[in-house]
Amino acid sequence: MITCADAVRRLWEYLDGAVDESSRAAIDEHLSFCRRCCGELEFAQEMRAFLATHAAEELPDDVRARLLATLDELGTSA
Amino acid sequence: MDTEQPGVAEKAERFRALALEQLPRLYAVARRFAGDDAEDVVQDSLLKAYRGFDGLDHPAAASAWLTSIVVNTCRDRARARARRPEEISLDDVDEFSLFRKVADEDPFPYSDSLHLDFLQQFGAEDVRSVLAGLPDLYRVPLLLVHVDGYHAKEVAFFLDVPLGTVLARLHRGRKLFERRLWDYAEEHGLLKEVARP
Repeated sequence: MITCADAVRRLWEYLDGAVDESSRAAIDEHLSFCRRCCGELEFAQEMRAFLATHAAEELPDDVRARLLATLDELGTSA
Repeated sequence: MDTEQPGVAEKAERFRALALEQLPRLYAVARRFAGDDAEDVVQDSLLKAYRGFDGLDHPAAASAWLTSIVVNTCRDRARARARRPEEISLDDVDEFSLFRKVADEDPFPYSDSLHLDFLQQFGAEDVRSVLAGLPDLYRVPLLLVHVDGYHAKEVAFFLDVPLGTVLARLHRGRKLFERRLWDYAEEHGLLKEVARP
């Protein structure tokens, strides 16, 4: 039996599928009766999507153009 | 020497095709470690990688190989600057739960999706600002794993630390990010109820 603190600590890894079988079973069991941790789980899913959406790094066009120029020079100056 | 030789052009073309595909990923990784120096890092890394290209036996490993070169270039630069990891007290952060904080404080009493409404107050610039305030020690693994899609084991390899260290930093990074999101929302007036249509 694990505590809420134990379950919450591992929720993101749980969502990543990065916990071992016994940890997954323990978290599943805890979630089966703990409504608050189910809320934490749902929020963890929202937070992951939020982070992925807001913190992605795009390659700017001007940077891409300069890096391409570097690649183009390789065969002639190396 | 400016004269193009047979073989050299072919090698350059193969390298170009391979690197071109990886540029967005390499740039994203460099941004995580080196911030505004990311372009210089990728440029240096491409030159280093081209010099070692003959040693790449398996094209399928090109992504991991190029990423390792970018990470090592970032680490070399960080060492040159002799930057120390920022130490902060995390005693009050480890047990912080943004989920509970939002529920307890209930900043939008008329909301029927309180937590989502809280997150929707943040624009991309707000999130970038919060992330920029996190120590590299926690921000880098957090972004590499949860935004760029690397596995914690790969990050452990990049950072040359045990997997357990990465997992601990990820946990603290998430908690610190949650704490700073709340603080930012308070400081920037994001907790005011907005009129609904």
